Amino acid sequence: MIKTDVVIVGAGPVGLFAVHQLGIKGLKSEVIDNLDKAGGQCIELYPDKPIYDIAGIPECTGEELTNNLLDQIKPFKTNFHFNERVQEINSEGDNWIIKTSQNKVFSSPNIIIAGGVGSFEPRRLSVKDAEKYEGKNIFYSISDKNIFKNKKISIFGGGDSALDWALELSKIAKVTLIHRREEFRGAPHTLNQIKKEGKVDIKTKFQLSSISGQNNIESIKIKNDDGKETEVKTDYILSFFGLIMKLGPITEWGLNMDKKTIKVNTENFETNKKGIFAIGDICTYPGKLKLILSGFHEGALASVECFKRARPNEKYRFEFTTSSKEIQARLGVKTK
Amino acid sequence: MPKITYIDSTGEQRTIDVQKGLSVMEGAIQNKIPGIDADCGGGMACATCHVYVKEEWFNKLPKAGDGEQDMIDMAFEPKKNSRLSCQLIVSDELDGMVVTTPSKQT
Repeated sequence: MIKTDVVIVGAGPVGLFAVHQLGIKGLKSEVIDNLDKAGGQCIELYPDKPIYDIAGIPECTGEELTNNLLDQIKPFKTNFHFNERVQEINSEGDNWIIKTSQNKVFSSPNIIIAGGVGSFEPRRLSVKDAEKYEGKNIFYSISDKNIFKNKKISIFGGGDSALDWALELSKIAKVTLIHRREEFRGAPHTLNQIKKEGKVDIKTKFQLSSISGQNNIESIKIKNDDGKETEVKTDYILSFFGLIMKLGPITEWGLNMDKKTIKVNTENFETNKKGIFAIGDICTYPGKLKLILSGFHEGALASVECFKRARPNEKYRFEFTTSSKEIQARLGVKTK
Repeated sequence: MPKITYIDSTGEQRTIDVQKGLSVMEGAIQNKIPGIDADCGGGMACATCHVYVKEEWFNKLPKAGDGEQDMIDMAFEPKKNSRLSCQLIVSDELDGMVVTTPSKQT
């Protein structure tokens, strides 16, 4: 069991800055995230897109913001638990016992939920029988490309994943790339390369309409905008329609919810459960704005209440990073 | 105020007054219209406010930009008349517009 002052659920920008606000108060946190790296929506949805409303930073990308935040919290040597989702929480006295999908167990007086809009999952195909073939003939990501050798592969999507895999797999398999419109979102040079090599059958303005087969997929039907159907012999479907966000087990923790968000007290961003806080996109209150900058403020206020619960015998003192020797020591600043 | 009609996948119609300047998505969220999730809050980052716009109105709308088309690629069952309702700003010209929501958003 890992004992800590605060467990943070979500390693997006708001979760990362909460580490900072807790860290300068001398509190240790552990961060859990379902993804394989930090950054949350900033990394998954818009790593290259510019953000213009971070105070003091005229322009940065989602990836740059994430990297800067990771730099900023480096002094606190925080443990990250990636590819894990919090499965279950139970109270034990003044503490919460937190269990993850990898069966790790944490004990902490505080949980900060900075879960955004939920954990990311691949967007699944919705046609009839798709479920039956998932994990067998339908994949949303690729772990071993060798299973596709000399097979017939139908790839769906217009982004980089679809283009990259179409190009890569065309070296070892017969690939059909199917996309709903002429324009591709992915890198133009990859598309040019695919066209130059001429090995991929590109079908644009088509969408999947049905799958047929017995134990394995044998063929699929795709249809164009006018409803005209074409059959494509297929052994495997690779579908790259990006990620969706699902709240998961959080909805079962007895928190006051408003649709997909958690109601909080704006004095300290505590939920209806003592010691459970919600900050960032996942929290709601009158006037809530889903902005990164709002999440930073919410984390700062939550960290004060976390301090009170983690250090019940100490008095919380408000201090500035500019002048506090104690904070500067925690940040590893060498004082002159 | 312009009136916008939202039809859900079962055919149920809801017509509401939406303030000029708000998006069709915001009109739905503020009036608790089911069928529009808007997970990202209007950032063109999720495709969960996807709607089908009735043809006569679809042609009156400013064309979808690249960013919106990219997201519609990922929407549930996109069609020719698909739009993200967070990108449709209500004006007098759109008074009476009819949108249909897909059977699900994710």
